Amino acid sequence: MSMLTSITEMFGRSPGTKPDDSAYSEGARKIHDVKRDIKGKKERVAAIKAERDMNPSRKWLYRRWASIIIINALFVVSFSLDIQLIEGSLSASRVVGFHFADLNASLQVMLAFKEILINLVIGTVTVLLLWWLLGGRTFCSWVCPYHLLSELAEKIHLRLTDMKLVRDMPMHRGVRTVLYIIFAGLAFGTGYTVFEAISPVGILSRAMIYGPGLALIWVVVLLLFEIFITRRAWCRYICPIGLTYGMVGVTSPVHVKYDLENCLHEGDCRKVCLVPHVLEPTKKGFALKEQVTLGADCTRCGMCVDICPTQSLTFDVKGLNKLL
Amino acid sequence: MTDAKTPPKKKPVTVRQLRERRRVLRSIGAGAAVVGAAMLGFFPVAKKWMERLRPPGALDEDAFLAACIKCGQCVQVCPVEAIKLGDLDEGFGVGVPYIDARTQACDFSCDAVQCVLACPTEALSHDTDVKEQVRMGIARLSRPKACLARLGKGVKGTARGDDFPGLHRYINVDRWTPIRIADHPYDLELCDLCERECPIEGAITIQRDNFDLTDLRGTPVVFDKCVGCGMCEMICPVDPPAIVIDIRKRWEDV
Repeated sequence: MSMLTSITEMFGRSPGTKPDDSAYSEGARKIHDVKRDIKGKKERVAAIKAERDMNPSRKWLYRRWASIIIINALFVVSFSLDIQLIEGSLSASRVVGFHFADLNASLQVMLAFKEILINLVIGTVTVLLLWWLLGGRTFCSWVCPYHLLSELAEKIHLRLTDMKLVRDMPMHRGVRTVLYIIFAGLAFGTGYTVFEAISPVGILSRAMIYGPGLALIWVVVLLLFEIFITRRAWCRYICPIGLTYGMVGVTSPVHVKYDLENCLHEGDCRKVCLVPHVLEPTKKGFALKEQVTLGADCTRCGMCVDICPTQSLTFDVKGLNKLL
Repeated sequence: MTDAKTPPKKKPVTVRQLRERRRVLRSIGAGAAVVGAAMLGFFPVAKKWMERLRPPGALDEDAFLAACIKCGQCVQVCPVEAIKLGDLDEGFGVGVPYIDARTQACDFSCDAVQCVLACPTEALSHDTDVKEQVRMGIARLSRPKACLARLGKGVKGTARGDDFPGLHRYINVDRWTPIRIADHPYDLELCDLCERECPIEGAITIQRDNFDLTDLRGTPVVFDKCVGCGMCEMICPVDPPAIVIDIRKRWEDV
């Protein structure tokens, strides 16, 4: 996927229609042609899926949940036992003495306060490098405590949808970009860090470390909205933090790689994905090349990697394979 | 007569277009709701529903709210756990540190304004190096008629009751570790706790009301050394306290 497409689709542009035959690379065209001629596709897909379902993989899911729980627990334990390992909360912290600052929170503070704060710059650069290395929105699915709650809310939502009790009301993804600009403008214009008042990430992180408060009501409201109205509403359509980290991840070496050759195009990956537009190349006839890097909006959560029956989606580190 | 001019027919709206229109409207609605919810935080701040005593070194209120990144590192370093974080009812002040002096005041038992050193954004200004430079407010004898010193009364036993959880560092008991005020009973002929426990030298003294040596009565007088830490408000044995902090008041304004 080209970088421009990756960025514009993250900002909310709808993925295009099926590409023209002339757009394919030589290798991709051959594969697309071969796939067109395969006989007995349905039976084959059913058999491969049945085999996967006998032994479903939850490797990345468990690793990721462990990561969210351990990182947040470190903050809590560090304060409650006073071991000064990680001081602060997710918005800003010192990790064994080194400044870390959440990129979006820093941005809000600098826009509102209108001063360059040296410690904040240090913390921001450290975090920027860290998440650039690890993949940008990796923060969302591997660290953010709201993500974990939202995943549980999503499970309830999907069960209710199966029972035909609720119906997902999708929104336009562009709304996140608009909100991003509005919140940046509000911080600059009003001189208050307006978004921080409703950031469920900050609220949850502080509630865990310093004790719960009324602010958790807001988190509950968001979760109820996601259960009954819009699937993953906050993370998909609203959260400016996700967009900030998404931009960090545009050129990140860690990404999910799509391999066209063995893909069955059955679309299970898109069903589990938080940001299915990044999996557009997995649709039949959509991949322009034999191998495609997923877009910047991808949270590197690995759900698609776990569910793919043919291992066509894998984690990949750019440059690492060449080095090895 | 023929009807030559038929009104131009509108193209019928397809289900797909209708759905798309609803999706966009829903998005605008949700976006507006989120911005609206965030902006609700403006009211408690603008109306000053809650005037809070901020930790040592805090910038002016508006700048403080802007600069604070709401991480709570100041909370973590305070040895007496005086610093609390604002909740939802404080609007933009959510996650912003404050001190409820009556419950637990800052008594500078950390010696080196640790909260200031911990602050990553200088919302607690690094210009503050020593406790004497701090400007949180000014103590004021708000209920002189209730003041034990003015009534000529003493203090026997604990200052705030036996189950008061507040901490204070008593240098003559333990130089380094604050202990519970409830574990430190007094036996004073005349209450002088505000002066006795004040961490700032020369900020407050009990001045004799007359020259009659048999009459102990005196009045706490606050001097311009006072930084408004709130120790006197916490230790004051009468309830509600006879002495309180005028939050953010400065000596220049007096």
